[in-house]
Amino acid sequence: MSSKPPSNPSRREFIKLTSTAGAGVAATVTTQLPSAALVEISVPTIHEKAFHRKVNLTINDIDLSVELDTRTSLLDLLREKLKLTGTKKGCDHGQCGACTVLVNGTRINACLSLAVMHEGDNITTVEGLGTPDNLHALQDGFVEHDSYQCGYCTSGQLCSALGMLTEATQGMPSHITPDLLIPVTLSRDEIKERMSGNLCRCGAYQNIVNAIEEYAERDRETL
Amino acid sequence: MRPFNFITAESREHALKLVADNKNAKFIGGGTNLLDLMKLEIEAPSLLIDISRTDLGQIEKVDDGRIAIGASVTNSALAANMDVRRDYPVLSRALLAGASGQLRNKATTGGNLLQRTRCQYFYDTAQACNKRLPGSGCSAKGGFSRQLAVLDIDDSCIASFPSDMAVALRVLDAEIELVSLSGTRMVPIGDFYSGTSMQPHIDTVLKHDELITRIILPRPLGGSHFYEKVRDRASYAFAIVSAAMVFQPDGSARVAFGGLAPKPWRVEFAEKLLTTDIDEYVRLAFSGARATHENQFKIPLAKQILKTLISKHREL
Repeated sequence: MSSKPPSNPSRREFIKLTSTAGAGVAATVTTQLPSAALVEISVPTIHEKAFHRKVNLTINDIDLSVELDTRTSLLDLLREKLKLTGTKKGCDHGQCGACTVLVNGTRINACLSLAVMHEGDNITTVEGLGTPDNLHALQDGFVEHDSYQCGYCTSGQLCSALGMLTEATQGMPSHITPDLLIPVTLSRDEIKERMSGNLCRCGAYQNIVNAIEEYAERDRETL
Repeated sequence: MRPFNFITAESREHALKLVADNKNAKFIGGGTNLLDLMKLEIEAPSLLIDISRTDLGQIEKVDDGRIAIGASVTNSALAANMDVRRDYPVLSRALLAGASGQLRNKATTGGNLLQRTRCQYFYDTAQACNKRLPGSGCSAKGGFSRQLAVLDIDDSCIASFPSDMAVALRVLDAEIELVSLSGTRMVPIGDFYSGTSMQPHIDTVLKHDELITRIILPRPLGGSHFYEKVRDRASYAFAIVSAAMVFQPDGSARVAFGGLAPKPWRVEFAEKLLTTDIDEYVRLAFSGARATHENQFKIPLAKQILKTLISKHREL
């Protein structure tokens, strides 16, 4: 804006002025702003270096160094920056488990974790478990047991199940473990309780538990 | 989410200096509740101070038999700790009844104490809420209140406190260590939560420049420990009513409740009645209850939970 409004504009002049005004006159006149200007106004600080941080981490065995807006969740780093879209965004509030990934072998909700807090961490997503030509044994089990319908929760179910099995192997009790001082037996009910943070709105739960149960038994036999 | 600066604190002192210098700064540990609230812009700190690398992740035995839990210890690690499982099983049980496996792996002990209410009117920024925006009113009154509090509430707020862990810590008489640049103070958990008192936006006595560093459990108190949680689904839901209870061989008992109030609810002076006159205990411990038509079942439910736990204990 180079021209200044006259100090005492007539009604006609005022209308002319506001109707031709470009971006920068007043952010409140949103209907007159082109969409690009709107984006710039709604997130004016996105380019400010003060709100950027560099983080070094390993994802599926690849070492990465990325500079990020501090607000970026681990989930958005994976999906939006790195295009690892196997990890899904369901609720984005830690209620559904679709975004479950393994951080240093431990399962967490990637949506409720800031990417900048993962300096030095080793992250495994569903892309790091297996490939279409060489599926992880648990992925094979999900195919065999028909453990999904739409498949949206599957990557979270897989990562969660693997993290859960590590927890059980380490002797971590659950809400339904009868005795806190006796080693855990991973019954069907134990699997259900431990997987309660992963919702499946198609209702494939029985088949999900079937696949995990079979994998856990095979895993135990090979140990 | 509003933009914020982010600093990884190198030490406790570093963290305390940073927070003392910035009125809009917040500590972040696990972040499972804070980030949730920041996404909704209910919380909008200008600076996040990451305390996850400040050496607060240990569970240690103190000389006199007490146990000190570092504020950054995760809920999973605390629930699985062998000393806790053996000597304070009510605490393990409460932790395992809360949240999901994924959340417990991230959520910390200090953060669990500070989690905000899950009242849906607090979460919905289009609704009036005195806890979120003082003076704006309370949409929960006359709204959906099945989950909300019936004790220690007033016209300003009927929110309930969601933690399971804190209910067990209340029955165990844990103490909370608060550190600032000017010193350290120990606060019994019974004095930590403010209750409503027409100031629902203030949840605890924690000051802006203070950091929770450790939670101290008293020497093992023995007895039989129980944590009973009634909720709307079998797993992964907040309590409608919960109870942490410890029975001693000499016939005495103590109990704290979750889901009834804006803080863990324990009425020590009535506890001598727990094993002799339940009706009288209920009358004294829940006097002044103020229920809505949607949550008036909570007091009878709490009484039923008590009876169930007494039967379970007798069957041992």
